[in-house]
Amino acid sequence: MNDWVAIFITALMVISAIFAVEWRDLLAAVIGMAAVSLFASIAFFFLQAPDVAMVEAAIGAALSAAVFIFAIKRTERYESEEEGTGWWARW
Amino acid sequence: MNPYYFASIALILIGLYAVLTKRNVLKILVGLSIMETGVNLLLISVGYVSGRSAPILSEGITPDRAVDPIPQALVLTAIVIGVATTAMALSVVINLYERYKTLNVEEIRRLRG
Repeated sequence: MNDWVAIFITALMVISAIFAVEWRDLLAAVIGMAAVSLFASIAFFFLQAPDVAMVEAAIGAALSAAVFIFAIKRTERYESEEEGTGWWARW
Repeated sequence: MNPYYFASIALILIGLYAVLTKRNVLKILVGLSIMETGVNLLLISVGYVSGRSAPILSEGITPDRAVDPIPQALVLTAIVIGVATTAMALSVVINLYERYKTLNVEEIRRLRG
C-alpha cells in the first residue's frame, strides 16, 4: 500500500513539473512549480526526513513562489508567442 | 525498484530541458528551481533505508534503526542555498526588464551594447 502511495506522489510530481515547464502563463507556471515543491515535501515525509519536509514546505512552496510572483508583478506575465515562422524569424 | 529515483531523475531532466530550450528568463529560472528540487529528492532517497524510522533520538529508536541522517543535513543546507540564488537571479531579471523592456534572452542578446 505504501508503494502505491509513493508511485502516486511521484507521478503527480512529474506531471506538475511538465505542466510548470509547458504553460505559457508564467503565473500558472509558478503555481506548477509550487505544486512540485509541495509533492516533494510529502515525498520527503514518506522518506523519513521530517525536518527537510518542513523546510521544503515553508521555503520551496511558499517563499520561493512568493518571490517569483513579486518578480512577475514587476515584469510581464505572459510568455511571448513567436513560433511557426522558422529559425530565420528569430534573428 | 524505488520510484523516487525515477521521479528525481525525471525532474532533473525536465528542468534541464526547460533551461536549454526556453527563451523566457523567468521560465528558465522555473526550470532551474525544478532541477534543484530533483537533486534534493535524489540525495534524500539515496540515504533512505526501507523499514527504518526518522533519525530523531527518542524512546526505542537506536542508531541502527534510523535512516542515514547525513544527506538530510546536506539537503537542508542545499535548500537554503537554492532559495538564496533564486532570489538573487530574480533581482537580476527585474533589472534586465527595466533596462531592456523584454524577457526574451535572444532579444536581450541582440540589444546588448
